Amino acid sequence: MRKIIEIEKLTIDFELENRILRACDNVSLDIYENEIVAIIGESGSGKSTLASGILNLVRSPGKISSGQVHYIAVDGASTNILQMSPSEENVFRWKEISTVFQAAQNALNPVLKVKDHFIETVLAHESDQTIDMILKKAEEVLRFVRLDKSVLEYYPHQLSGGMKQRVLIAMSLILDPKVILLDEPTTALDVVTQYYILQLLSNIQKELGITLIFLTHDIAVVSQVANRIVVMYAGEVVERGFTKDVLGMPSHPYTKGLVDAIPNLKDDITKRKAIVGSPPDLTQTFTKCKFTERCFVYKEGHCEGIKKKTEQLYPTGLEKYTRCYTWAEAYDAQKKPKERVSNG
Amino acid sequence: MELQQEGYVTPVAPHFDKFKGVKEFFRVIWKNKMARVGLIIVIIFMLIAALGPLVVTTPKSDYLARLQNPSLAHPLGTDYAGRDIFSMFILGTRAVLIVGLYAGVFAVAIASAVGITAGLLGGKVDEMLMILTNIVLTMPSFPVMMVLSMIINVNNNFLFGLVLSLWSWAALAKAIRTQVLTMRNKEFIEASRLMGVSTFNIITKDIFPNIVSFVTVNFISIMKGTIVTSVGLMVLGLVPFDGQHWGMMMQMAMSQTSLLYGGIQPIVNFMTPVMGILLFQLGCYLFAMGIDEAMNPRLR
Amino acid sequence: MTAILSVENMGIAFDSRSEKNKQVHVLHDIDLAIEQGEIIALVGESGSGKTTLGKVMVGLFEPTSGSLKYKGKEISKLNKKEFRQYRLDVQMVHQDSFAALNPNRTIFQSLSLPLIQNKIVKNTQEAMNLLIDYFNEVGLLPADQFLSKYPHQLSGGQRQRILLARALSVKPKVIVADEPVSMVDVSLRIAIIDLMTRMNQKYNISFVYITHDLATARYVAKNGRLAVMYLGEIVETNQIKAAIDYPTHPYFQALIAAVPEHIGTAGDTEIKDLPLRTLDMPSITNPPSGCRFHTRCPYYKERCKLEAPELRSYKGGLVSCHFAEEIDVLHRKQQKLTDLINTPVTMN
Repeated sequence: MRKIIEIEKLTIDFELENRILRACDNVSLDIYENEIVAIIGESGSGKSTLASGILNLVRSPGKISSGQVHYIAVDGASTNILQMSPSEENVFRWKEISTVFQAAQNALNPVLKVKDHFIETVLAHESDQTIDMILKKAEEVLRFVRLDKSVLEYYPHQLSGGMKQRVLIAMSLILDPKVILLDEPTTALDVVTQYYILQLLSNIQKELGITLIFLTHDIAVVSQVANRIVVMYAGEVVERGFTKDVLGMPSHPYTKGLVDAIPNLKDDITKRKAIVGSPPDLTQTFTKCKFTERCFVYKEGHCEGIKKKTEQLYPTGLEKYTRCYTWAEAYDAQKKPKERVSNG
Repeated sequence: MELQQEGYVTPVAPHFDKFKGVKEFFRVIWKNKMARVGLIIVIIFMLIAALGPLVVTTPKSDYLARLQNPSLAHPLGTDYAGRDIFSMFILGTRAVLIVGLYAGVFAVAIASAVGITAGLLGGKVDEMLMILTNIVLTMPSFPVMMVLSMIINVNNNFLFGLVLSLWSWAALAKAIRTQVLTMRNKEFIEASRLMGVSTFNIITKDIFPNIVSFVTVNFISIMKGTIVTSVGLMVLGLVPFDGQHWGMMMQMAMSQTSLLYGGIQPIVNFMTPVMGILLFQLGCYLFAMGIDEAMNPRLR
Repeated sequence: MTAILSVENMGIAFDSRSEKNKQVHVLHDIDLAIEQGEIIALVGESGSGKTTLGKVMVGLFEPTSGSLKYKGKEISKLNKKEFRQYRLDVQMVHQDSFAALNPNRTIFQSLSLPLIQNKIVKNTQEAMNLLIDYFNEVGLLPADQFLSKYPHQLSGGQRQRILLARALSVKPKVIVADEPVSMVDVSLRIAIIDLMTRMNQKYNISFVYITHDLATARYVAKNGRLAVMYLGEIVETNQIKAAIDYPTHPYFQALIAAVPEHIGTAGDTEIKDLPLRTLDMPSITNPPSGCRFHTRCPYYKERCKLEAPELRSYKGGLVSCHFAEEIDVLHRKQQKLTDLINTPVTMN
């Protein structure tokens, strides 16, 4: 599979009054064409900051301290998104990568009709289109999200939450992007609407071959649509791999904690338990592994939480990586006997 | 399922620092450079107003020393009746500030009463109060002040302050009403009602703290505005009761001396109170800018 | 056994803002009784009226028809003293913990005021001690640190616990929790729900748990009941396990189908259509005639458009559908087939 976005050692800091908050800590990630990848994280995980980093939308007091984000076009040409000029950005945004922001229902201008939103968006990035052309394309994308073209004449307040979200997804499709980044696209929606939106997105990906990057905290939602999953905690990627592998057999105590903490309809209720503690203060300088405060492996004495060892990822399966060296070591120890057998 | 039980310490009755709020307030004002300057200016004027009469004596008329240029004995010269301008300015400060203070307090009181009642009760009461507010808001205040001061015999600072406040509360009332309307449906007010908190306590303990910061800022600007109005009225000779008020100083400089042709001194006599007003306004403005930040816990 | 809180034939109608002389029936013909010490989950999507029902229960809205009864007595007929007692006995935990606390007052100031006002404590010192006890109970340690903070200085999970402590501090008999964990981090939700279950067992407080999230509803009301709402009406109630394992009302069946699958079976299988004729919910201002669900029901027949079904007994619970029996048979057949084709291949 062809790589389409390459994030290399991205670090984003926020400069507050007299301290620095490291929202993203040395994040490296590859995103492949035509896949649906979900970035999972709760508050303070750094996933939203990462998203704004990918789009080069980090604004003061945040700043990109180091790292690069490369976009690789079909012909192999690679551009560093973070170093684009404003005019290049304008062409790049929405045509190559578009976004559906979090709580985007509130991002619609209440005094503009839906059709004006489409027109404004297109003209901002491609000034040589006529209104007719734009509206025709708008009808097309609206059909994709199962909305009738009459919606174009509506004002945002006349639409339900689910309809607004679909309008925004349609808007993100209008310039035929290759990648769409969605930040919590179903969070404020009802279960039925959420189901439809996920169905929509899954179809969009299959039919149009678009890469979808999902940011969410809802593992259950993700498990329905995502091929790959990336779990973030305190600004770092703690585990990544194919959804089935990571969620079926987590290899990081945080992922395991998350899977155990989320109730669903068919499981054994008595097996649910929350993760103790709360997300750490990201302005502190960490002397141990960032997860020690809440980690059951550390608390049971199986791990020392050595910070240095958590500065890289370890393989724990096919295309599966974890930041927990203790778990990786246990995984390796499991493998070795078989190797020993085959060697003699 | 264990909750955060680590490091459980026997609870000790918390030591609530009662003055924490006040100390915090001044710390924030001090940090903001412009607010700091504003605060200093305002304090200087307040000190002059309070201590002035103790330091300076009421200047006596001395026709032999009329319109003298600034000298060691008279740092700002003398007026048409030989009185020391400097002393008059110092003594006049008190009158100016007191009138402004009265006006500000009355205006805030009226605005709060109108705004909170209209916001909380709604319906017909709200409609009536808003009609009244809109009338006061749209009619230009200075001409009204002029008419009022001709009808009412204003002969002391208290009455003067009251009259001035009558036309300065409208904008603040509207702002307060909007805030109350916004808060009325907020969950924390709802929660208070559910817990049986009385309406009076909801107003004083829930609503007030949320409007205090912008009311204070508005108080200062109302005070500023009424000072200018008071000066204006005095310059026009409509409230001639306190000869030491800056307004009167200006009025006398204009009427009793030939301002344009009489040489330097009349101009000094005129400009002294004018500079006083400008400086005080500036101080108020800068201070007000810092207050908003200081009183809003979320901005700190 | 008299229920502690009950609504009978209750309805709420507001005057329509857009059309004159028209009324919007936000709640219609609601019958629900809550026993002391039970946990009942109220489930529905937005527009179902579940939050409004919650607000009626705590006395924020007055029913325009039917009645709300506390300890068997109608609320509108309570005298001042009894009403005050009712107010304290039925408390609410809001969804948005930040909006439910006064941003310009410390936690102690906000929480001690009702205690002193209602003479539950005599002075601030007693209030402090009482609150410290409750804060320990809800897991906010060290308690005194939390008391001197402002709402914006705390995390969502902490604030939610404070709301719970506030509700508990007046020793209520019923707590209505409106989506209490939807704004809390996922890894912490269970902790808060467990807390509520513990409070229910320790103090025998009834909980009305309002949510659109079936999974947490199932977790909270393990041994309790479930009531499903659609467009202002209750369409099904039952013991929660029976309800979720054997849903009867077609709307409820669709809701269950919409909940994402168990995590272990994640994959890139195609997402099937839901058993609903259309996605969009009709507006509450103009509800469909007859059975309100008929416009979206996959089992729709002529009768459904003409006649509204009654909430009647069926298999241990209540359901409001003309064809509950036939649908039950069909649904089970479908379930068996689906299970058959989805059984993973077993390899040795």
